Amino acid sequence: MNALVEIQNLSTYFKSEQGVVKAVDALELRVHEGETVCIVGESGCGKSAAAMSLMRLIPEAVGSIVSGEIWFAGRDLRKVSKEEMRKLRGNELAMIFQEPMSSLNPVLTIGEQIMEPIMEHQGLSKKAAQARAIELIELVGIPRAKEIAKSYPYELSGGMLQRIMIAIAISCNPRLLIADEPTTALDVTIQAQILDLLRKIKDEAQTAILFITHDLGVVAEMADHVVVMYAGKVVEVSPVVELFEEPKHPYTQGLLRSKPVLNQRRAKLYSIPGQVPNPTTLGESCYFHDRCDQCLDICRVKQPPLRDGGDGRKVACWLYEEESVRGQ
Amino acid sequence: MASTVSEVAEVTRPEQVALRSSLWHEAFLRLKKKRLAMVGLVFLLVMAVVCFIGPFFSPYASGKINTAMINKPPSFSHWLGTDSLGRDILTRLMQAGRISLTVGIASMVLSVSIGALLGALAGFYRGWVDQVIMRVADVLMTIPGLPLLFIMGAVLSEWKIPTDYRIYIVMVMLSLIGWPGLARMVRSQMLTLRESEFMQAAEVLGLRDRRKLFFHLLPNLTPLLIVVATLNVGGAILSESVLSYFGLGVVPPTPTWGNMMDAANTLIDFQKRPWLWVPPGIAIFATVISINLLGDGLRDALDPKQKR
Amino acid sequence: MDSNLLEVRRLKKYYPITGGLFGRTIGHVKAVDDVSFSIQKGETFGLVGESGSGKSTTGRTILRLLEKTEGEVRFQGIDVHALNRQELRALRPRMQYIFQDPYSSLNPRVRIGEALGEALLDHGLLPQTQVRERVLEVMALCGLAPYHVDRYPHEFSGGQRQRIGIARAIMMNPDFIVADEPVSALDVSIQAQIINLFAELQEQRKLTYLFISHDLSVVEHLCTRIGVMYLGSLMELAPRDELFLEPLHPYTKALLSSVPLPIPKKKRERIVLQGDMPSPANPPAGCKFHTRCPYVKDICRQEVPAFREVSTDRFVACHLV
Repeated sequence: MNALVEIQNLSTYFKSEQGVVKAVDALELRVHEGETVCIVGESGCGKSAAAMSLMRLIPEAVGSIVSGEIWFAGRDLRKVSKEEMRKLRGNELAMIFQEPMSSLNPVLTIGEQIMEPIMEHQGLSKKAAQARAIELIELVGIPRAKEIAKSYPYELSGGMLQRIMIAIAISCNPRLLIADEPTTALDVTIQAQILDLLRKIKDEAQTAILFITHDLGVVAEMADHVVVMYAGKVVEVSPVVELFEEPKHPYTQGLLRSKPVLNQRRAKLYSIPGQVPNPTTLGESCYFHDRCDQCLDICRVKQPPLRDGGDGRKVACWLYEEESVRGQ
Repeated sequence: MASTVSEVAEVTRPEQVALRSSLWHEAFLRLKKKRLAMVGLVFLLVMAVVCFIGPFFSPYASGKINTAMINKPPSFSHWLGTDSLGRDILTRLMQAGRISLTVGIASMVLSVSIGALLGALAGFYRGWVDQVIMRVADVLMTIPGLPLLFIMGAVLSEWKIPTDYRIYIVMVMLSLIGWPGLARMVRSQMLTLRESEFMQAAEVLGLRDRRKLFFHLLPNLTPLLIVVATLNVGGAILSESVLSYFGLGVVPPTPTWGNMMDAANTLIDFQKRPWLWVPPGIAIFATVISINLLGDGLRDALDPKQKR
Repeated sequence: MDSNLLEVRRLKKYYPITGGLFGRTIGHVKAVDDVSFSIQKGETFGLVGESGSGKSTTGRTILRLLEKTEGEVRFQGIDVHALNRQELRALRPRMQYIFQDPYSSLNPRVRIGEALGEALLDHGLLPQTQVRERVLEVMALCGLAPYHVDRYPHEFSGGQRQRIGIARAIMMNPDFIVADEPVSALDVSIQAQIINLFAELQEQRKLTYLFISHDLSVVEHLCTRIGVMYLGSLMELAPRDELFLEPLHPYTKALLSSVPLPIPKKKRERIVLQGDMPSPANPPAGCKFHTRCPYVKDICRQEVPAFREVSTDRFVACHLV
């Protein structure tokens, strides 16, 4: 089966005062129709930059995509014109963000903002769009849809606004929904509601979801496949159950061990020593080597490739390479 | 690509260690990267050096009237021509620059000191201190600046103040006009800083007021003060020019850029003798533009949000 | 009860809502509404709740960073809100606060060494000559290197800044620390380091913590007793194991079942609460939770449930328990 999204060797570099930052470094990513793929990693690992690159939303002043291919439904998004890209966004490709408040226009009503993409992409009349907007508001589980359509963003809570963002995102039946930390700013009880809603959308409309998060709990609940990123690189790709049962990369292992889990108290938490490396001073070594508790000699001098294990899992770590490959 | 990145990193590293010495140093390095601001700074420095040292090398520094050389266009002996009393324009331009720059800087220092002090007091103590200071500022701000200056200038002329003193009085006048806006800015900044989380932290530590004010609050105000002060110099130079142009500020024979522009007052001079008024005009224009460029650059360089 | 380091009795913190032409008070935001609990020496008391539950306001009012509206806070027997400025200043070194955002709580123009040492000097706790030595000692304890002493806050990563925040709090050897969401802004791998640091310091220095957090798994890991807040009031208060294994209040149950676990495909009974938390300016009558409670009864809409002790050291405010 062909993948809906197939990203190959994508690199996005940011400019900074200290030098070039490889925000996304040779990313490989595949999302199939109707599947949820989670990109997980800590701040600065490039997970958001990857999503923004896919949407071609990296501002020129910040940085640019320097190489790679982004295949979406048979087209290379790096080669399509700006106009075509604009038509894709909000239509076949939709996105929701961490801060719903700042992604909505404060002076337009909720209804108007939902109607906008419908009229733009589907050419519906104003009246039809209005009816569809109210339908969508009900669909994302907000009661009193007619009243809500007439209200302004500041009148709604964060959880409600995120539902509205989801309504806007699914208004044109997208094939891919990118969700960039959609629940990070929300409380747990509201987060549970939003996750339920996203699962419902996925089940009913077979929408593929690219879910970006730092929360391993959310990953376990949402993902079919997981991509773990560290310092701009993919370090592990795996189906979700296998990843949590038997994490391969030492970073993934460390992440899972350092998260306190409800009803599984331990005397002391494991913690990954040190901190994320400065992105402008990365060398040829494995980026994780100085925090890794299983570091080999080769890790200090050479980057491991992302190797396919054949079982649907990929890992970028010398520990899983043949002795002959890693021994000089 | 990878190798160039790591090279860049290695080159900058030792430098960063050295410049860790102070935040000011870092700000200066950032300023150095702002090309326009540096153009402004260099221009101002050159201007200052030329104005303050130039006249010593001029044979016409005495400013003697020379009836044989009235209103001559630029020539080899008088690079920018001569004025209606036969004086060398270039020499007068430099002497005027001294006065204009001095007036600008001195009145800035005065108004910034008054404004910063009063604004800081109002913002830190609030209550009646705040009320009194800000109401005075409000009153001063409701009176339009230029008419006020004109009235004060006219009063000065009426009182027959000796020319030598007028320049000092002009400075004081300009700073009286200048401080309320600054005081407001400092006060509002102070109010924001007071509520900032690091001031809450200072409260948790039980620090004394004195320490909070001088160690925590004032250093955070300095960047703002520097920017405002810089931009103020430009404003003061402009105001002084306007006053002097109308004969209400510094009056001849003491030259300033403003009263040299007075030449443009007569139609014949304006049309036929541009060397009389174009040079001081350009001097004012270029100086004020440079100051504004420098001010904008400073604003960016000193903005703490710029560093990460 | 002389083992109680801190006693909070019927604490209220209301913010007036002004309106109308003359700015009259037309209502109150009840940020903290009748909260009582005590903290024993050496324990870590957790306050959990969602944003707007009033947990931070409680912490700040306890340390008198905010003035109370009503009630009493006794720290080692001293009525904190009855002290004058001088007395309060003298008490400050004994109770400290750690902020959620270590960056904004550090003065950007002050070097770390000075930021850590200034309070010792200002209170005259140590002669100038010994301050630097003590600063370096505490920095080492908190996992900071000696060369960090001359750096500015912006030169540090988030985790290091929180270490600085912790170092500053323990610098004067306090008895009690309020930690307000100290690990919420940090990445998982760094979060674990800081949580461990909290535990180590407590052991070494016999510290008492009031640990405020919205993250139940972190609270479970660190705290010995936990209070659950909703809309400015305590819903439940219990020792850790009892609260997590057998929560009594419906809100606690919902909260616990909402936490996503890093265990894929695990089936659990989940209570998804409907709607949002009501505004604290206009809290529902009766039990504050009744608008979202799945087990709501008529009495819940009318009567405020008492916050009562149901078994030893277990308190709950619910008509159904």
